Amino acid sequence: MQRVIGESKKSFMTGNEAAAWACLAAGADIMFGYPITPQNEVMHYWTRMAPKYGKGFLQTEDELSAGFTVCGGVQSGKKAFTATAGPGNVLMQEPFGMAEAMRLPLLAIIQQRGGPSSGTVVYSQQEVTLTTYGGNGEGHRIVYSTSSHQEIFDYIIKGFNNAWKYRFPVFILGDGYQAKMREPLEMYDPETRGIEMVEPYPLIGLGGKIGEERGPSHLCNIYSLEEELYEVITKVQAEYDALAPQIIEYDEKNCEDADIIIVTHGIVSRAADDAVKALRAQGIKAGYFRPITLRPFPQKELREAIAKNGAKKLIIAESAIGQLERLVKQEIYGETAKIETLFMPGVGIIDSDIIDKVKSVL
Amino acid sequence: MAVQAIPKSWYLPSKPHKFCPGCGHGIVLKALGEVIDELEIQDQVIFGCDIGCSLLSWNFFACDSTQTHHGRTTPVMVGIKRSRPELVCIGYMGDGGGYSIGSQHLLNSAVRNEKVTLILVNNTNYGMTGGQMAPTTLPGQKTETSPYGRDPEQTGYPTMGPEFIAQLTPDSAYVARATVSKYKQLKKYIRSALRNQMEGNGFSFVEVLSTCPTNWRTNAQQTWNFLEDEMERYFPVGELKNPFGKGDK
Amino acid sequence: MALFKIALAGEGGQGVQSIAEILAEAAYNENQQAIYIPNFGLEQRGGVSIAFLQFSDKRIGAPKFQKADIVIALSERAVARTLGYSGTETLYVYDSSFNIKTEELPQEAKQIIALPAIDTANNELHPRVFNIIIMGAVIGLSNVVSFEAAKEALEHKLGYKFEKDPKLRELNFKALEIGRQMAEKSLREGVLSND
Repeated sequence: MQRVIGESKKSFMTGNEAAAWACLAAGADIMFGYPITPQNEVMHYWTRMAPKYGKGFLQTEDELSAGFTVCGGVQSGKKAFTATAGPGNVLMQEPFGMAEAMRLPLLAIIQQRGGPSSGTVVYSQQEVTLTTYGGNGEGHRIVYSTSSHQEIFDYIIKGFNNAWKYRFPVFILGDGYQAKMREPLEMYDPETRGIEMVEPYPLIGLGGKIGEERGPSHLCNIYSLEEELYEVITKVQAEYDALAPQIIEYDEKNCEDADIIIVTHGIVSRAADDAVKALRAQGIKAGYFRPITLRPFPQKELREAIAKNGAKKLIIAESAIGQLERLVKQEIYGETAKIETLFMPGVGIIDSDIIDKVKSVL
Repeated sequence: MAVQAIPKSWYLPSKPHKFCPGCGHGIVLKALGEVIDELEIQDQVIFGCDIGCSLLSWNFFACDSTQTHHGRTTPVMVGIKRSRPELVCIGYMGDGGGYSIGSQHLLNSAVRNEKVTLILVNNTNYGMTGGQMAPTTLPGQKTETSPYGRDPEQTGYPTMGPEFIAQLTPDSAYVARATVSKYKQLKKYIRSALRNQMEGNGFSFVEVLSTCPTNWRTNAQQTWNFLEDEMERYFPVGELKNPFGKGDK
Repeated sequence: MALFKIALAGEGGQGVQSIAEILAEAAYNENQQAIYIPNFGLEQRGGVSIAFLQFSDKRIGAPKFQKADIVIALSERAVARTLGYSGTETLYVYDSSFNIKTEELPQEAKQIIALPAIDTANNELHPRVFNIIIMGAVIGLSNVVSFEAAKEALEHKLGYKFEKDPKLRELNFKALEIGRQMAEKSLREGVLSND
């Protein structure tokens, strides 16, 4: 595969730029996209790099089209991807649903902004429900919630691989802060780190003579009978559940003796990390749990973290009203730890917000 | 009769407005404001705006207004007009909202001859989001997503909106293209467009060629040159369809 | 260094984001952790522009903060917009040419300083390098980056302009130095207020 980074490069750039470079390093072939703040720069960087590396790009007429053109691209065997946010994410649920149904390995970068509707162009964590369970399906998706530019880079590379290996659409769930802020990261070509990139393959346009060398490939996403659909969906669910242990990622600190565990995802987890350190320094036994994959959710791992010391309380902090909380509750049903919440929809959370909340509920 | 400097239908608390220096929106909205005053329809007007720079007009007028989603101003206006035909529905959008994401609504509303008035401001780029390529970006024009210049081999030629709308609509529709460099003509076309709705004839559509020095990265002289020499040459100005008499193309 | 937070605010077009970007890059080049995030609401076209900077030797947490260690307001409108970022430990800086009454300044601040940056730019240098004077002042007030690193980062960002007109390089570096000296002087002399 083409080396695009060369010598492992320490760089200082925005998250959007890091995302564009990651897609390039991962061997993506073509991007389809539509302008919406705060992800536009992914397109700006990609369109400048594309001709130099023989990559494709089309700005489509809207997000419905961007999502469906990506579906077409992956069906034809090319590593296609897109990026969007807010109302664009809403529109893309239609093509994402098709990707779920037809097991299409698309990759989408989501930079959350305030919602609902046009909300703000700035930041939120309000697209969790949409990105994990949007569309009219069962959420057969892989969703990574990143918290740094290094993770944006790393998980895009991993994301393309898992998409093409497991055939579930993959989402890199960032946010407006990550998109627009500048911080350091180290870029690299995957092979230099021993990462083998999964080769894409077509589902249609297979080559060879039809009727002689092979039969035609017919893809569909509709069934005549309820029973047919039932069979298909339950099989996919079983496959998804079986693969979950290989896909799930999370981070956990200080839960062995924790009285209270702070559960956060994405960029808020950095504030949570700082908060736990500060609380511990004050003698408060706080623990930290961060799901990195929101789908599939590290359910077993969270239960185990709680069980380590029989933590009595969980604090769920998010820049939304209960979207992470809903996921947590559904996954840890039956646990008796009391759940406290810090909801700041559309607003950034800093360590003192979490520290104050912890102290108020102790 | 003395011309009032600020139209009565303008909403003073939202002035000075937030459009960039050199932006054509201010000129279009002034012409619209004056026409609304002259027709005395301030209380019947529903003003709808899209996302993008047109969004900045959401509280521009002292008329009832609604801001919609990107590309959805047309169907919202249609919904209002069909529910309350006595209202004068004016949809205001850019070239992205009208010819890109909103094109299917524009097309279908034109075919159905919906009795709404749409004003589409064409400045050849997506302004608010930082200057991406638009359906009306000229061949060779550099934008954030056509950094090496628009290549018609790759992305086709600029959308000729009024031309295709004229094809889709019956003769009772009013279709025109104006420019901010010709103010009297702009007002005339806006007035005819609104008259077409108010008299119950049919669809009315006015594209207005406009300026965006911020994203074009042009100084004042270059801005006017681009509008008058490049855009007006590519997009012919005039009335393509006029139920009130001969078009003045 | 321990976590250091700076908020810069001014009118769109004054070059607030440019200097923030240069400072952040300078810090990164000196192997610090740095985060720079611009505010980017709908007022991006015409309105107060704010840059949030954080420097540290350790991984930085949230990109947002409540109170800054230094706030610099480059326009009168920016003062009102940044009052909330000033806390009991904040060094609050504004330009001495502003028409600001004492009650319009922050209620909480460790020290409030007025710098004659605009006047100096207009009379001694050039209006265009006003923001570079401020950049020098930030360094003089905080030492978040070394002067050398700042010059290098400035060269890196504006080098292409300096190639065309070497006098610009001289002007910019002079502005940087003047800004630094102005700040160091004001710290030594204490508060300069204009009520």
